[in-house]
Amino acid sequence: MTEVRVPAATGRPEDAADGLSQLPGSPGPAPRRGGRGTVDWVRWGWRQLTSMRTALILLFLLALGSVPGSVLPQQGINPQAVQEYYAAHPALAPWLARFSLFNVFAAPWFAAIYLLLFLSLAGCVVPRTFRQFGAARQQPPRAPRNLSRLPLSVTMASPLAPDAALAKASALLAGKRFRVRTGDGWISAEKGYLREAGNLLFHLALLALLVAVGMGGLFGYKADRLLVAGQSFGNTVTALDQFRPGRLVSSSDLQPFSIALDSFSARYVASGPDTGEPASFNAYLSYQEQPGAPTRRYDLQVNHPLNVDNVKVYLIGHGYAPVFRVADGTGHVVFNGPVPFIPVATSTLMSEGVIKVPDARPQQLGFAGVFLPTTVDVGGKLQSAFPAPYRPAVSLVSYAGNLGMNSGVSQSVYQLDTGRMHKLAVAPRPLAPGQSIKLPNGMGTLTFTGYRQWISLAITYDPGQLPALLAAIAALAGLLVSFLVRRRRVFVRAAAGAEGGSSVEFGGLARTESSETFGAEFEGLSKDLSTALASTGMAAPSADIPASSDPPSSPDERE
Amino acid sequence: MPVNVGLAQLSDHFLLATVFFYALAVLAYAGDFAFGRRSAPRTAGTEQAAPVAEQALAQAPPLPKVAVGAGVAARSAATVPQAAPPATLSGGAGQPGSAAAQGAGGDGAGSAEAAPSRWRAGGAPAGPWIRAALALTVMGLATQILGIVTRGMAEHRVPWGNMYEFVMAITCAAVIAFLGLSFRFRVYAVGFFLMAPIVLALGLCATVLYTAAGPLVPALHSYWIWIHVTAMTVAIGAYIVAATFTVLYLIADRHARKQAIGTEAGFGAVLARLPSADALDRLSYRTVIFAFPIWTFAVIAGAIWADQAWGRYWGWDPKETWAFITWVVYAGYLHARATAGWRGRKAAYIQLVGFASLVFNLVGVNLWITGLHSYAGIN
Repeated sequence: MTEVRVPAATGRPEDAADGLSQLPGSPGPAPRRGGRGTVDWVRWGWRQLTSMRTALILLFLLALGSVPGSVLPQQGINPQAVQEYYAAHPALAPWLARFSLFNVFAAPWFAAIYLLLFLSLAGCVVPRTFRQFGAARQQPPRAPRNLSRLPLSVTMASPLAPDAALAKASALLAGKRFRVRTGDGWISAEKGYLREAGNLLFHLALLALLVAVGMGGLFGYKADRLLVAGQSFGNTVTALDQFRPGRLVSSSDLQPFSIALDSFSARYVASGPDTGEPASFNAYLSYQEQPGAPTRRYDLQVNHPLNVDNVKVYLIGHGYAPVFRVADGTGHVVFNGPVPFIPVATSTLMSEGVIKVPDARPQQLGFAGVFLPTTVDVGGKLQSAFPAPYRPAVSLVSYAGNLGMNSGVSQSVYQLDTGRMHKLAVAPRPLAPGQSIKLPNGMGTLTFTGYRQWISLAITYDPGQLPALLAAIAALAGLLVSFLVRRRRVFVRAAAGAEGGSSVEFGGLARTESSETFGAEFEGLSKDLSTALASTGMAAPSADIPASSDPPSSPDERE
Repeated sequence: MPVNVGLAQLSDHFLLATVFFYALAVLAYAGDFAFGRRSAPRTAGTEQAAPVAEQALAQAPPLPKVAVGAGVAARSAATVPQAAPPATLSGGAGQPGSAAAQGAGGDGAGSAEAAPSRWRAGGAPAGPWIRAALALTVMGLATQILGIVTRGMAEHRVPWGNMYEFVMAITCAAVIAFLGLSFRFRVYAVGFFLMAPIVLALGLCATVLYTAAGPLVPALHSYWIWIHVTAMTVAIGAYIVAATFTVLYLIADRHARKQAIGTEAGFGAVLARLPSADALDRLSYRTVIFAFPIWTFAVIAGAIWADQAWGRYWGWDPKETWAFITWVVYAGYLHARATAGWRGRKAAYIQLVGFASLVFNLVGVNLWITGLHSYAGIN
């Protein structure tokens, strides 16, 4: 995460922070302009692309590019708001659309940013992975000549001969999981290689995350379905209200389950300042994984989706569907069933809807109006006081004429095109369940027989979901490892001292930033080392090492 | 379950007490700048605070520089510090202005450090004003925690379900983070610059943002609120502290530059009581290092929750978009800080941009942009 790249453009080794810069191949001089030709230019371009500076700039472009996506309405999230924006800013909106600003996250320029960023990332991470494998087999570098120049160093005397002292020091460091290299009169040891591994894991996991998101976009699908209590549907394209498949999904890929809504219950806060706020929703479903499979039941709630055949079904909305029976002028019952009304006020569930009766004779009939769950009369105006159905009523305006359903133009089931219809003179009167409107001129009768509830379901299938989650967890793990593990080196030099003993120099150096705790670790190590070197007994080393591993000396993966 | 009105009122009283204590603490921190003794254990010049704060940052006790001794003597000698220069660990050789360079010349503070105690550990002592300020901060924190806990008990739910409660929680997290850092690294004087905005935020909490205790909307009925929002709270608290360090770093760095070229530089007396620019920068970095993985985790947890609640793990909802922007900019900060030419002031500005997007996500997105995360409770 930190000290990732040597910026290729400058190529100074100290650019990679904290001395972790012995990456081979710090790029050489900048290309001679006008010199070699395309190969040099490609190489130069690749170096620029994979440089830290470019990655940083792309990162900021990514952040900057996301901003309009949150400030302007987005087609994929709220298409209606986009239309409203068009209406409010007729001059500006087409220009914004030209730059895909109403669909930022699917825009070509946005894709260009993140693809370049990930290319830059890949160009950096993949070569590093190979170097990492190489480095993992390499030994630590030779000990410097003068250890007292290191940030931390200590000199101690030992009665042991230099070779014996070094052997003990080597055993001690190896026991603390340092990678030890010995030479003539010196030891070099290093620890914390995991840091680089964590760093790599993080960046590779981000690449994997992008792939997983892409997989979901190609092979997944989303759909919506409104379901009235007592009804059921099968997961087929025709039965779904809205179907948004990924690029590589065809209708035959849909999982063949079916779902029925047995009943739905909603509870609301009945008192206090939050009166009317919802308290809980339960949709009691029966479902079959495939035709002929056993029927199962599920209590669908917000935050508790149904998982059927790896497809997830969510409860995302609810409302009322008043039930109407319409008899036409000839006396035939030409309509009998629930009609979903759409809530216009979420706190009271006052809902609007239309009833279309194309089979009515002599003329087609249409009705538009409102459903009020708890009807109150406020100064002659009907309102709903509460979302629960304590005093349900409908209030309708009646039309007769041509519904226009055969004109070939697709119609919304929630809107009445009254262009070729005329309003019928019916005294406006709210209907309680069981009450009827008798239409004038013997055109028929509408009866409000009761109501049911409906729910809207979101159905999503995203095969990239689990890989995305795993990639995200891997990224987090890599991040933690790269932040918590510190690379550090220690060196020991022993020279012959007085009375057959030796003078031992011990020096250390932390190689990453935020490695302040290395001071404490070094102090503990030097204590252990001086303890080990003070005893001459041959049995001592093996007994010494476990004894000396007191907590402060091994804060390896701590902090 | 109905709201327990008595407990809810108690919580409101605790909030007022918190504002009161914190406001007094701010006065006391300011009093330290105005009236605090300048000399105390500090031996020399105005920059004295720097090595000691850095030493605390390095968290290493004075290191043994042991003369060559004989046999057994080495054993005890290794544990007894002599003539100890502050043990500073720079990231490596050749880092300009690094702690090592300053530490090497910092022998002057040696005598004071020989017997370190929490309050008089050398250059950045906690004088009476600071001690009073810290005590008031701790008292305010206690009442704030009580306020949050009683609020949760009154509502029988997690006490961060709307914007009022969330601001309470993040300021609480920021104060905890500050106190922790303050006791560990002795950067008490930073308290003024952190606590003053917090008092303002809590004042807004009590007036503009106030929302009466009530139940959660069904969309928030999930144990994920504990995981996602709590992690966000902790991360934001730490980011607030980091941003405070960074602003002070920028001021201190500007001051040091001006002094270096001999221009008149203001705020000298205030800056003398603060850690050095370098120490502030490093403290800020460390705090971001702490916050960034938590933020990452919180975003992942939010994605899992979003998947359960809304049917997709990522949908570019405005809140998600800004959490993403914040993540990207802080990631940029971490990279920039490790890149030549970006280190220092540029990186610091990047961090502040990240913090600005964080604040916008908290305030702007809650109040002005409609999205799925519309739980602010403000009309």
